[in-house]
Amino acid sequence: MDSQVGISLKTKRKRPMDMFLYGLIYLCAAFCVFLLAVIIIYVFAKGFRQVNWSFLTSVTSVLQGTIGIAGNIVNTVMIIVITMLIATPVGVGAAIYLNEYAKPGKLVNLIEFATETLSGIPSIIFGLFGMMFFGQTLGLGYSIFTGSLTLILMVLPLITRNTQEALKTVPESYRQGAFGLGAGKWYTIRTVLLPSSMPGIVTGMILAIGRIVGESAALLFTAGSAKTLPNTLSQLFPKVFQSGGSLTVQLYLAATSEGDFDTAFGIAVVLLILVFIINFGTKRLASKLEVTRID
Amino acid sequence: MNNKAKNNVVELVTEYLFTICAVIAIFAVCSITVYMILKGTPAFHSVGVLDLLFGTTWKPTAAEPEFGIFFIILTSIFGTTISVLVGVPIGLLTAVFLTEVANKKIANVVQPMVELLAAIPSVIYGLLGLMLLNPLMYQLEKKIYADSTTHQFTGGSNMISAVIVLIIMILPTVVNISASSIKAVSKDLRAASLALGASKIQTIFHVTIPAAKSGIMTGVVLGIGRALGEAMAINMVAGGSVNLPLPFNSVRFLTTQLVSEMGYAQGVHREVLFAVGLVLYIFIMLVNLVLQKMRKEASIDG
Repeated sequence: MDSQVGISLKTKRKRPMDMFLYGLIYLCAAFCVFLLAVIIIYVFAKGFRQVNWSFLTSVTSVLQGTIGIAGNIVNTVMIIVITMLIATPVGVGAAIYLNEYAKPGKLVNLIEFATETLSGIPSIIFGLFGMMFFGQTLGLGYSIFTGSLTLILMVLPLITRNTQEALKTVPESYRQGAFGLGAGKWYTIRTVLLPSSMPGIVTGMILAIGRIVGESAALLFTAGSAKTLPNTLSQLFPKVFQSGGSLTVQLYLAATSEGDFDTAFGIAVVLLILVFIINFGTKRLASKLEVTRID
Repeated sequence: MNNKAKNNVVELVTEYLFTICAVIAIFAVCSITVYMILKGTPAFHSVGVLDLLFGTTWKPTAAEPEFGIFFIILTSIFGTTISVLVGVPIGLLTAVFLTEVANKKIANVVQPMVELLAAIPSVIYGLLGLMLLNPLMYQLEKKIYADSTTHQFTGGSNMISAVIVLIIMILPTVVNISASSIKAVSKDLRAASLALGASKIQTIFHVTIPAAKSGIMTGVVLGIGRALGEAMAINMVAGGSVNLPLPFNSVRFLTTQLVSEMGYAQGVHREVLFAVGLVLYIFIMLVNLVLQKMRKEASIDG
């Protein structure tokens, strides 16, 4: 300690440990940035040439000599639409019950416990359950409908929690005002609460769509892997009850059993662009409308 | 029916409908649990509890099939542990960078990048692991085992590849949760520490991080859950044989076992796969319970 007496107050003591830790901190942050850069650059370098109009609009066929993912795009869109058509009202309804009707107690605790648990279950377990319950017990087999029903369970917590968060931010005075004017509870929910919590609900929906686009393990054994395109619009409805592989499932098969890496990287480019748009969209929406986003 | 009575009916019906919506979550969790148990337990009878859980030979399609999943359980436990042990420090330090070290401009660029990492589908991680990591591992493997006569070459599809992919995949979770809990630490604590003459780094590691401990732990447990449940990406890089989880062995995780064999398994083999699913489900439920307990405690404290 004696040696420090002579040092001026202005000179900073050098701390090697501090420098070392700063170095580590910068290194770790740089690693994360580097990762993303490698992923984007590599995927685009390998797959960008693959993505063109015919890749997006045709179906892979040896006879016609075409390579394309149109079938998988249609399947993915169908899965998204069916899942969201059912999951949105149910998820929003659950949030309305929890926020507007329920009184604190055992049932609410149980519902919140169940919602938390659902969001912690990995997708492969959902896939297994969907295959057993919707596929076998209900006899839906490998079909787009089985896949959608499975995904509903998976995205439900996402929609419920984002809606709940939005409902919480609606000022209590809105409710009291509506009740004071003689409006019933349902009327208040329909005309006051739902419109003012719309941004939160939409954020939850977009997050859910993002989850569906990236999902693979829950779909492999529920929606199957068919990649055909319905020839006419009237064949679109029966397609719901037939097998249909999503983009992610096709990527997986192309990279493993089919060994078709060109297609795999082409799909990877399409998927990356999709999830980036979705991510950017929710961010913009959340900051513009000041909603809290819960992943 | 007059207007008031009609309104009452509407109110009643909507309340019931909303209640049903909310109860679906309970119903879902119960049916998943019941199904996992119903389908997962028969294998314990037909194979035997000890032979199944602690058997080390996996020959599902042999004339005298053996269904030991001990190595698969070990691989999942080891893989998860190692990836969390490596991933958490990296994630935590990145969170420190975002919240304490970087200026706002840089943090505002890096933070969204970490969020993007979380949004990338797992099959893409698997594809990149397959194309970039596996060849690298193969080179290493050829160097290390050049003189070995007993080593089974895997072409780079091994435990290390899988663990690296897992580390990368749990990073965003750890970073985001840690960053938000570090942000929540009160400014006064930092100011007091700095005023006492501690350096910035000392403040971060002795004051801020300990104060954010409970939030960081939540991130760790979430990371464990994510690593345990990840299936597709590691299935593409881990190889396909049931082996001891040694670095250069081709391995099977609980999840990858399901992904790769569920499609064709029949009879007892299929039953055993459901048992694997049940084991995975029990692990995940334990992690979930710990997580919810921590969250409850955190909400009481804060």
